[in-house]
Amino acid sequence: MNSKTPLIHITKRSDIPVGRAILIRVIAIAAALLLCGFLTTLLTGLNPIEVYASMIRGSFGTSRKLWNLLQNMAMLLCVALALAPAFRMRFWNLGGDGQALMGCLAASACMILIGDKVSNTALIIIESVAALAAGAIWALIPAIFKAKWNTNETLFTLMMNYVATQIVAFFIIIWESPKGSGNIGVINQHTEAGWFPSIGSNKYLLNVLIVIALTLIIFFYMRYTKHGYEISVVGESERTARYIGIKVHKVIIRTMLLSGAICGLAGLLLGPGTNHTLATGIIDGRGFTAVMVAWLAKFDPLVMIITSFLLVFLQRGSNEIATAFMLNKSFGDILTGIILFFIIGSDFFINYQLHFRKSGRKEAK
Amino acid sequence: MEEKTPKLSMRGITKRFGTKVVANDNVSLDVYAGEILALLGENGSGKTTLMNILAGIYYPDDGEILINGTPVTIASPREAFEHHIGMIHQHFKLVDVLTAAENIVLGMNEEGKLDMKAASAKIKQICDAYGFEVNPAQKIYEMSVSEKQTVEIVKVLYRGADLLILDEPTAVLTPQESEKLFAVLRNMRDDGKSIIIITHKMNEVLSVSDRVAILRSGAYICDRITSETNAQELTDLMVGHKVSLNIKRPEPKDPIERIRVKGLTVKNIEGINKLTDVSFTARSGEILGIAGIAGSGQKELLEGIAGLQPIESGTIEYVHHDGTTENLIGKDPLEIAALGVSLSFVPEDRLGMGLVANMDLADNMMLRSYRSGHSVFTNRKNPEHLAREVIKNLEVNTPGVHAMVRKLSGGNVQKVLVGREIASSPTVLLTAYAVRGLDINSSYTIYDLINQQKERGVAVIYVGEDLDVLVELCDRILVLCDGHVSGILDGRTCDKQTIGMMMTHIGEPTEEANDEQ
Repeated sequence: MNSKTPLIHITKRSDIPVGRAILIRVIAIAAALLLCGFLTTLLTGLNPIEVYASMIRGSFGTSRKLWNLLQNMAMLLCVALALAPAFRMRFWNLGGDGQALMGCLAASACMILIGDKVSNTALIIIESVAALAAGAIWALIPAIFKAKWNTNETLFTLMMNYVATQIVAFFIIIWESPKGSGNIGVINQHTEAGWFPSIGSNKYLLNVLIVIALTLIIFFYMRYTKHGYEISVVGESERTARYIGIKVHKVIIRTMLLSGAICGLAGLLLGPGTNHTLATGIIDGRGFTAVMVAWLAKFDPLVMIITSFLLVFLQRGSNEIATAFMLNKSFGDILTGIILFFIIGSDFFINYQLHFRKSGRKEAK
Repeated sequence: MEEKTPKLSMRGITKRFGTKVVANDNVSLDVYAGEILALLGENGSGKTTLMNILAGIYYPDDGEILINGTPVTIASPREAFEHHIGMIHQHFKLVDVLTAAENIVLGMNEEGKLDMKAASAKIKQICDAYGFEVNPAQKIYEMSVSEKQTVEIVKVLYRGADLLILDEPTAVLTPQESEKLFAVLRNMRDDGKSIIIITHKMNEVLSVSDRVAILRSGAYICDRITSETNAQELTDLMVGHKVSLNIKRPEPKDPIERIRVKGLTVKNIEGINKLTDVSFTARSGEILGIAGIAGSGQKELLEGIAGLQPIESGTIEYVHHDGTTENLIGKDPLEIAALGVSLSFVPEDRLGMGLVANMDLADNMMLRSYRSGHSVFTNRKNPEHLAREVIKNLEVNTPGVHAMVRKLSGGNVQKVLVGREIASSPTVLLTAYAVRGLDINSSYTIYDLINQQKERGVAVIYVGEDLDVLVELCDRILVLCDGHVSGILDGRTCDKQTIGMMMTHIGEPTEEANDEQ
């Protein structure tokens, strides 16, 4: 009688047990790996197991590769941690690149200009403050415009990236060394003034520890402080915020100062903390990749550890297979794309439930 | 009626949301041609879900639908139209920048070139047949709420609907507009169409419907021929036990002046006056009702007092217990609270202003109190405790204190909001449309809460739309007409007709306007 019942109908789930949600994610990743393996064999004739093994070797193969993975994760996570409070407030800060670059510029300027005038400890403190302040100022400008005149923060922060790149390009010409080379080279190579110290012989450990501490701080800030609560209220409904007396423009400006300062910190860790130089490409698009890290984790700092791992792992893995099997670099990107598609797509199955037509029982009636 | 085949039958319809919520439980319902069926039930009793199943928005988990005795499948709104079923939703689904005619033909996918002339002619014909007034060339954004609703109705008729479902159509209408709508509905019924109407207003059920079907907690209870029943019986059936339909009005106990408003003028962003020279006083232990057509300045008045609305000119004075006064003009809600003025505000827009839909009950309780203490961390213990108190005292139906507010039904949302606002022991309570969209039981809970506040000596300002309630509940009634005070009446002696007249005519002479100093 009900032969016209649709084959599938979709309903929204009211809630889903955590275990079930994790299971759906795992199935999605397994399905993605299966499809990737199939495509790999079809397109390249390679054994997919070997390709996957090579991807894993790319991140975990040697201790140097492992530390590279951790360093990249930490830097990406640092920018994502900066974006999370702004995003929770529904302020779409796409200016992470520019804010971090300005932080790096400010720190480099300190190293170059006063590197031989103050003690090393004082220099590190000064350059750190300068980097955080520069990042904060770069975020403050669009925040003020948003708070006062309700300008579109997405475009504004995005454009600030290009301004930052041009400013850095300008200073690179001024400070270039050797003259005419078009880049700065290692700053204070002989004195190592302003360089962040290494813990033991490991040049990345300090960065990783700083970002771990920052992750915990941001987690508690967003979840348990009055500021964090105000950010959530403003993000959910500005009218409610005004109704209970929250000064919305104050919260926007305060949160963006924080967001920019953390981006500045990322620039600091990438410049004086790691590469000891300044280049327009030093942030390497992390301001944008971090948007994905933050969104995939729904702005939860702890989950962002996993999503930043995932993105860095896929990125490094695709580089590795490109070199190991002499494949075009794009092939790795295709695999990365497929895996991300499945992970994001699995959200559908977590939020909705499919019902298939019950066969037999109805007809018998 | 027994010998007729129903035009539409629902048999054993069951719809679950998730594993816990059963919105419709084995519901069977018949609708005949040429009748107006009122669907009655409390908030969350499954009326809208059941109608959404008919309109193809939800698909039932179980059960079947028959049209003229033939089983059919309705898997999408388009299929609903193919079966001549059309639904007018509570929230209109119109494109603002298009004209009425464009909205009506939108998505029809008729053969050949779009012929707006022919469409307009057909629209005109529908309007003439039933007594609608629509200008096909008018843009939606230029229309009043009731005109938009008319467009929605014409839209489904244009698509050939002969079974119309209206979900709380009068919630947004003035009494006059409602009467006009009912006249049209009766015309359509006489033309042989079937109409299902969802409404909470008992007097409307009794005046417009032929038959009433009652749902309770997702289950079908019974039906009654309207002419053979009364408001009391229907309410009892709907709630499941005896309820008293009288609103209490205790005598005010030594009222003293609490809020003095003088010459208040408010302009909107376009510079047009929303309030003009409004003066009145609100007294402790008294309910001051505000009556007026929607948009006559009620919102601006309350938000002005609450410190959320820039004031053009005039004064708003708060009188402390010791007789000293504070001027509230130019102060934001925090500054007003800092003066020791305990002011609570239940705004019209519950989920967009009073509460945060995506936060749980406890976090919503915290909105008012999170600043307390010097710690940088929030204290979630007290709000959770308050949430439990509110759930218990106001009988909020929720899975717990950590349920998202958006998942609660309208009545429960309002209980949470009112519960929070009165928890701070206010001296002034402002409420805007406190019972809009609420079923009878929840409405009476809210009236009781407001009366309790009055007896505590709170100065209550109650903005309402139901004149029957205003004259039963309020001690004095201020009537607004287009931002002007049309007059202030004694609630015990005035009648609905006078208020209705004053809502549309400024300065109607009245001997009862005796309260102004």
